[in-house]
Amino acid sequence: MRILKHPILTFAKGKKVTFLFNGTEIEGCEGEPIAAALHAAGIKILSYSRFHKRPRGFWCAIGNCSSCNMRVNGVPNVRTCVEPLRAGMVVETQRNKGIIGGEFGE
Amino acid sequence: MVNKIEILVIGSGPAGLKASLGAAAQGAKVTLVERDPFLGGQLVKQTHMFFGSKEQYASERGFKIAEKLSREVEDHPKIRVLCNTAVLGCYENGVIALETKEKVVAIQPQAIILATGAQENTLMFPNCDLPGIYGAGAVQTLMNVYGVVPGCRVAMVGAGNIGVIVSYQLLQAGVGVPAIIEALPHIGAYHVHASKVRRMGVPIYTSHTVLAAHGDECLEGITFAEIDKDRQPVAGSEKELKVDVLCIAVGLTPLIEILFQAGCKMAFIPELGGHVPLRSDTLETSVSNIFVAGDASGIEEASAAMVEGSIAGLTAALNLGYGKESYQENLAAARRELAGLRSGPAGEKIRSGLARLARSEEVTY
Amino acid sequence: MLSKTGVPTPEQLKAVKPSKERLDQGPVVIVECFQEIPCDPCYTVCKKGGFLPFEDINDLPRMDFDKCNGCGICIGACPGLAVFVVDESYSEQEALVMIPWEFLPVPEEGSTVKGLNREGHAVAPVTVKKVRYAGENNNTHILTLVAAKEFAHDIRSIGVKE
Repeated sequence: MRILKHPILTFAKGKKVTFLFNGTEIEGCEGEPIAAALHAAGIKILSYSRFHKRPRGFWCAIGNCSSCNMRVNGVPNVRTCVEPLRAGMVVETQRNKGIIGGEFGE
Repeated sequence: MVNKIEILVIGSGPAGLKASLGAAAQGAKVTLVERDPFLGGQLVKQTHMFFGSKEQYASERGFKIAEKLSREVEDHPKIRVLCNTAVLGCYENGVIALETKEKVVAIQPQAIILATGAQENTLMFPNCDLPGIYGAGAVQTLMNVYGVVPGCRVAMVGAGNIGVIVSYQLLQAGVGVPAIIEALPHIGAYHVHASKVRRMGVPIYTSHTVLAAHGDECLEGITFAEIDKDRQPVAGSEKELKVDVLCIAVGLTPLIEILFQAGCKMAFIPELGGHVPLRSDTLETSVSNIFVAGDASGIEEASAAMVEGSIAGLTAALNLGYGKESYQENLAAARRELAGLRSGPAGEKIRSGLARLARSEEVTY
Repeated sequence: MLSKTGVPTPEQLKAVKPSKERLDQGPVVIVECFQEIPCDPCYTVCKKGGFLPFEDINDLPRMDFDKCNGCGICIGACPGLAVFVVDESYSEQEALVMIPWEFLPVPEEGSTVKGLNREGHAVAPVTVKKVRYAGENNNTHILTLVAAKEFAHDIRSIGVKE
């Protein structure tokens, strides 16, 4: 949910772009962190932990902790809380430790 | 190729901005690196008015102070600003590796001022890893920088300044805050911050803690209870609360890995938030020409961070031969400001942390 | 206790309340600041000498109620939003209470809203007599509320329905 009116702050209207999240098209604002765009669209689960498959969302939102790691345009372990959204990005829930070259390796 | 530069300032929060301006004002050439796309650090998220005195921009809102200082830095001919630039590490001979524009660059500064701030602490309880459980600073970033609301009903853990201020900011964003939960028997925040949320109907539960979070794939609620003086839950005092966000505001830890790499003598000081470098009263660490300022030197307030930044900037510049004539006068003025900020009852923790640091031995590994 | 609840005690409030004579004369400031923290903009912003000079930045504010004219400029300057103005000379039954307001919605002048006490409980309805905007630099609104006199020293916030 986006804040439309705020008593103190004004938010610049970002340029709307669309991107794919697990195959579904979602709208976000260009340049905002991917995790913020997902959160605005109601998506809080960003990955699943390696061993116990527990759902993970973001934690620190400034790029320190790696709770928000997702696969973006095929690249795993992208810190979505700081990575800027670009039109047409392919964003996927990460379910493993991130293997370069695809889910099952080359 | 290693690029030699004069002063490297790492981090553009209040300490880093003031350090850059302080050094550049004396004529030194400053390179300021910031991993975010924008300058200002935590200042950009602060919608409340700052305390302190006129010199520390009292009554001005944090994000406006960030705008002011960032503009001064960007306009200054002696300061080169590199945003989207992360320091990767500190190597032998004081070489620093930077990642900027997807390249790795090696630089060799004559002086370094570390102003990297701090990171939020976590709290352990069953299901503490559920999506919807966020650091309070994270919620502040989401709300105040990106204009996204974290949820509809938020419980806050921690009644220090961050917990109470972020609770107020949640109310300003139109989000309900049904509880602030604090383990200590008293409120750690400035009492006026607490009064602001109390008169908007937010209850503060002192001597309480979260026992567990609940939810299938995301947070749906929490159980919290009163604790006794041994921090054990009081039977029968459990309360259930339906919330979709739980904010954790239980303290900060300085970000100082680079100083370990640089070989600075460090000590673990609880009052300052964790490992901090031993340093002179002009903020020079045990490695000559490496300085520290702001929360990285010990968790405190933005007003103190600004003054520490000025002191470190002045002294780094002096060591390179700049600003000799005015140094003592500038330093004395900054010291007076810092002493004023730390002298009252609110400064007890920082004074006691600094005293412990002065007595401590270095950490040896 | 303030440090436990965030709500000032009756004793603390009594200590900062001007005399009945002064309250009857016209608008006067009520400074609900009870903790020594490094902060002094109330003193620096006042043009009338209503705040005595600070010897140390951590001092609690001290007032000269005779010099204070209740203009309210300190209400928007206080970073803790701890300053209010009360005017008990308004009428026989009613007083004016000026509070800072940093929320949406901003109530309309002439509207009736809930008057909340320091614990956020609605105690009485109040009418919004005036809404003053402190400007783009500060963004605080200063609301002048008309309240029944017996609640003038309790009401410090409002509840506004969207």
